[in-house]
Amino acid sequence: MKIAQRNYYGKALAALAADPRVVVMDADLAGSTKTSEFQKVCPERFVEVGIAEQNMIGIASGLAASGKVVYASTFGIFATGRCWEQIRLAVAYPRLNVRICATHCGITVGEDGASHQALEDMAIMRTLPNMTVICPADAYEAYAATIALADFEGPAYMRMGRADFPVVTSEDDVFEVGKARVMREGSDVTLFGCGQMTAMCLEAAETLASEGISAEVVNVSTIKPIDAEAIVASVSKTGCCVTAEEHSIIGGLGSAVAEVLADSRPAPLERVGTRDTFGESGKPDELMIKYGLTAGAIADAARKVISRK
Amino acid sequence: MSADVEHLKKIADRLRVDVIEMTSEAGSGHPGGSLSSADLMAVLYFGGCMRHDPENPQWEDRDRFVLSKGHVAPVLYAALAESGYFPTEELLTLRKLGSRLQGHPVRGKVPGVEMSTGSLGQGLSMACGIALAGKMDGKDYRTFCLLGDGELQEGQNWEAAMFARQYGLSRLIAIVDRNHLQITGDTEEAVGLNPLPEKWKAFGWNVIVIDGHDIQMIIDAIERASEPSDRPTAIIMETVKGKGVSFMENNVAFHGKAANEEEREIAIMELTGGSE
Repeated sequence: MKIAQRNYYGKALAALAADPRVVVMDADLAGSTKTSEFQKVCPERFVEVGIAEQNMIGIASGLAASGKVVYASTFGIFATGRCWEQIRLAVAYPRLNVRICATHCGITVGEDGASHQALEDMAIMRTLPNMTVICPADAYEAYAATIALADFEGPAYMRMGRADFPVVTSEDDVFEVGKARVMREGSDVTLFGCGQMTAMCLEAAETLASEGISAEVVNVSTIKPIDAEAIVASVSKTGCCVTAEEHSIIGGLGSAVAEVLADSRPAPLERVGTRDTFGESGKPDELMIKYGLTAGAIADAARKVISRK
Repeated sequence: MSADVEHLKKIADRLRVDVIEMTSEAGSGHPGGSLSSADLMAVLYFGGCMRHDPENPQWEDRDRFVLSKGHVAPVLYAALAESGYFPTEELLTLRKLGSRLQGHPVRGKVPGVEMSTGSLGQGLSMACGIALAGKMDGKDYRTFCLLGDGELQEGQNWEAAMFARQYGLSRLIAIVDRNHLQITGDTEEAVGLNPLPEKWKAFGWNVIVIDGHDIQMIIDAIERASEPSDRPTAIIMETVKGKGVSFMENNVAFHGKAANEEEREIAIMELTGGSE
């Protein structure tokens, strides 16, 4: 089964309309980000800012400083890159309850091309002090994270895709910020995934199993604060790992895991992600193959990293 | 001139003295724009124009003040300390390691500072958010936002200006310190802002132009800006950068430079008439 995360983000927002603290904002993309689902049930606490993302962040800051819990949405590239310094000063520094929930992240934006494909967003958000960075694996996890963020203290960035992603979690799972979760146990190699790459890690693990390789799959849906304990525990067992993200290998999940290993438990690591490059127009599946973001690429990386042990 | 106006003029000069002392002690900071805003700050914090309570900085019905031109933090800190938000002795810790009085204002560090600012062009958006929250909650507090004129070259201000009109944020009052100078020099020679009142009018705002060193005009303008309306109000204060200190007036060199010891003594002498 495949579902777009943003559909469940919209559902979660609609469920949060009962909470009088919650305000939802959008920058002319409510129909695409699905914040329109909140607007339908709670127009009085929905704020359309027009095509003005920097202003949206400033307004979100003022609302949060006045006691509101703000969900601000647009496409990932605009939500982060366009207003990074506004987020830094107005949200991260004063540690306000603004949740920047971006859709259309990664290369599966597809035909719109490189201008719209956020492949750097987790990297630039992760560097901000006080900022939490979440990249849910599927639609259910996006729903659970959205609900969890209502009572979370401090700023957060949540990254979602545009396309339908395979469902790998359960609808009644509770999301805990900062916790990675073992999805499949194994002993030869750990596959750390986030976003839809977690599903591909599970697929790669099946392939590897048929070759007699036992792969552990860990869903790292909180990129910051990274669950160092879970990462070290898994790699201590398997001795090597692969990271997989629909994002640049610079600054995202791969870097976060590399930092943990370098600090605490050095081990061979291979990173699957875009390799210091912009994307281009094309169908999402075509792009995933061209840019090496497949279960096959993860399995290849796993064989390689095992040989480096 | 009424006794009140005389009193407020004295307070404004007191704030100016604080600004000179603070920035000189720090050896850096922005006296020029702090001095041009001092009369306004005296009216807001001491003239009964702004509803606030130093004993209760989090009072939910207080009027809010957002310093978009965050580099004039010294005059804000001076107004807060002289009002009783924190001890005036602390003013001389400005910009020093470990001080609450950071080079630019930080929300949560100092009582009375509502928002973190310092990167220009963002305060009006924040003020819009605060004003919108008030409207959603049925509160009647006003949100004041002090902007520099050079700062208006940042496009985000105009995004916020359009938003405020669209959402009918009638309790939002933007105050522009129109001192005509930015680091480069004359604003009109950098990237011109004129005709400035017409720009705000075109964005749908009420506009009041005043002499920003005329206490009575400031009081009257804030009263008018607080009258019922369907839109926000911009008060454009024509001011003199460095106002009150002869060698700082209209001198862009003192935008971001503190007085040295000799200059400090002359400045204090001019501001106090030798009474300090």
